[in-house]
Amino acid sequence: MNQQPPKSSARLDLTKGKTSIADKIMPVLLFLCASVSVLTTIGIVYTLLSETISFFRIVPIQEFFGSLKWSPLINPKSFGIWPLLSGTMLITIIAIIVAVPIGLASAIYLSEYASRRVRKIVKPILEVLAGVPTIVYGYFALTFITPIVRSIFPDTGVFNALSAGIVVGIMIIPMISSLSEDAMSAVPDSLRNGAYALGATRFEVATKIVVPAALSGIIASFVLAFSRAIGETMIVTVAAGSTPNLTANPLESIQTMTAYIVQVSMGDIPHGSVEYGTIFAVGMTLFVITLVLNMLAQYVSKRFREEY
Amino acid sequence: MSTTTEAPQVKETTKTVDFKTIIDIKDMDLYYGTYHALKKVNLTIPEKAVTAFIGPSGCGKSTLLRTLNRMNDMIPNTRIEGLVDIAGTDIYSNEVDVETLRKKVGMVFQQANPFPKSIYDNVAYGPRLHGIKNKAQLDEIVEQSLKQAALWNEVKDFLKRSAFSLSGGQQQRLCIARALAVNPEILLMDEATSALDPISTLKIEELTQELKNKYTIVMVTHNMHQAARISDQTVFFLNGEVVEFDQTDKLFSNPSDKRTEDYITGRFG
Ligand SMILES: Nc1ncnc2c1ncn2[C@@H]1O[C@H](COP(=O)(O)OP(=O)(O)OP(=O)(O)O)[C@@H](O)[C@H]1O
Ligand SMILES: [Mg+2]
Repeated sequence: MNQQPPKSSARLDLTKGKTSIADKIMPVLLFLCASVSVLTTIGIVYTLLSETISFFRIVPIQEFFGSLKWSPLINPKSFGIWPLLSGTMLITIIAIIVAVPIGLASAIYLSEYASRRVRKIVKPILEVLAGVPTIVYGYFALTFITPIVRSIFPDTGVFNALSAGIVVGIMIIPMISSLSEDAMSAVPDSLRNGAYALGATRFEVATKIVVPAALSGIIASFVLAFSRAIGETMIVTVAAGSTPNLTANPLESIQTMTAYIVQVSMGDIPHGSVEYGTIFAVGMTLFVITLVLNMLAQYVSKRFREEY
Repeated sequence: MSTTTEAPQVKETTKTVDFKTIIDIKDMDLYYGTYHALKKVNLTIPEKAVTAFIGPSGCGKSTLLRTLNRMNDMIPNTRIEGLVDIAGTDIYSNEVDVETLRKKVGMVFQQANPFPKSIYDNVAYGPRLHGIKNKAQLDEIVEQSLKQAALWNEVKDFLKRSAFSLSGGQQQRLCIARALAVNPEILLMDEATSALDPISTLKIEELTQELKNKYTIVMVTHNMHQAARISDQTVFFLNGEVVEFDQTDKLFSNPSDKRTEDYITGRFG
C-alpha cells in the first residue's frame, strides 16, 4: 500500500472580491427596462380592445365583416371592412412580388458572389436605403413611378395601387436582402466546400445548400418585411389615393387600412363617436393580421429550421 | 531531449505491388498572393493505392491536396504554375470543366461536414446534382455507397433521420459515402480521422484498405504510424517542398534524404 502523500500547501482565495451591490441592482434595472415594452404592448392591446368593443356595440360585427362597402363618414353610412382590407392586400401583394425576388437575389449575390470589397460598399448603401423617410418614398412614387405607370397604362389614375405597391416593395427590399444575407453568411463554409467538392456549381451551392440552410432566417426576413408592408402608411397615403375600393385592379385608386386611419385621425371627428370608433376597429384588424402573420412566421421558421 | 522514437512499423504486403501512375505533377508552383506555398513540386501518385502526405504543420500538404480537385480556385489570389496531370488530362487547362473534375476527384474533410439534411439526402445529394432523379436508382446508389463506407448496417433502419443524429465517426463515414456516391476515381482525404476516436479511426483505416481496390486514395495525415500502417506510398513535405516520396516501407526503413530520416525518427524541430 502506498503512503498517503502530504497535503499541498497551496491555497485558493475563493471569497467574494467585488462589492455585490451592482449585482443586486442590475437585474432589477434590466427587468424594469424589459417591462417598459411589455407594459406598452399591454396598454396598446387594452386601448384597442376596449374601444373596439364599444364600437361593435353600435355597429354589429356581421356588418363589419359582411358588408362590402366602407363609407363611415358619408351617408348612407356603411361599415364593411373588405374594401380597406383588399386595398392593404393589393399593396402588400404588389410589394411582395417586387421585393421577394429582388431582395433574395441581392442577398444571394452579396453572400455568395460578391467580393468582400463589393459587399463592403453595397451593404451600407442598402442600409441607407432602409433609412430613407417613407414620406420621401411616397413622393417618389407619386412623381416618378406614377408617370411611368401612366405612360404604359394611359387609363391609370394619378393615385393608384400599383405605383404605391411598387415603391412599398422597393422600401422593403433592403430589409429582405440585408437580413437574408446575414442568415446566409452565417452558414458555415464547410457546408459550401462539401458541396463544391461534389461538383456543385456556385449557383447550385447557393440555391441547394445555402438557401435551405438559411431558410428560417430568410423566412423571418420575409415576414418582417410583409408586416412592414402591411403597416406602411405614408407611401400609400401619398400615392395610392383615399378611395375605399373593393378591387383587384392595381391601376385604380384604393385606400388601405393605415391610410384610412390617418385620414380620419386628421379630420375633426368627435371623441366617442362611431366614426372615432372605426379607427380602433380598423386598427384592431391590422393588429390581429400582423400578429397572426408573426405567429405563422415562427411556426414556419421552426418547421424549416435546418441545424448546422 | 536526445531520445528518438523508433521508425513506425510498416506492414508487409505493400512491398512488391506494381502500380500505374494516375496523377503526375511536374514542376508545380503555387502562390497565395506573394506567399510561395508549394515549390517546384514533382510527384507521381499510383493508381488504386493509398498515398499518404506527411510533414510538419504548414508545410503545404493540404494545399497540394486541394490542387488535385481545384478547391484552391476558391481562394482569392491563388496562382498556380506547372503541370498537374490526372489520367492524361492537364486539369488546369482551359477545356477542363471544374465541376466534372470534382466529380471524378472526391474529397473528405478534416471536420465531418454533413449537410443539414437526412442521411439519405446527404448521400443522394451528389447524384441528384448530376441529374439522377429515378427513385429506385437513387436508393440503389445510397445503399451501395453506405455499404462501401461501412455505415449501411448502422443506419439502414433510419435513413430519414438527420445526419446530425450520428456520432462523429459515423458522420465522417457518411461524408465518405457521400463522396463515393458520385462515383469518383480518386478520393482525397485531408486528416479525415484526426478528429475521431481510436475505434472510429480504425474503422476508417480499414475502410481505406477496402476502397483502394476500386479507388485511388490520397490522404493527408499527421500520424506517421497511420501512414505506415495503411499507405502504399508516402510523400514527405517540408516548407512547401516535396523532399522525398517512395514506397511506404522503403521511405520508413531506408529514407534517402537526411531530413526525412530526422522527421520519421522524431528528431525534428
Ligand atoms: N488560404 C490561404 N491563404 C494564404 N495562405 C495560406 C492559405 N492556406 C494556407 N496558407 C499557407 O500555406 C502554407 C501551407 O498551408 P497548408 O494548409 O497547405 O499546410 P498543411 O501542411 O496542410 O498544414 P497542417 O498540417 O497544419 O494542416 C501555410 O504556411 C499556410 O499559412
Ligand atoms: Mg492541412
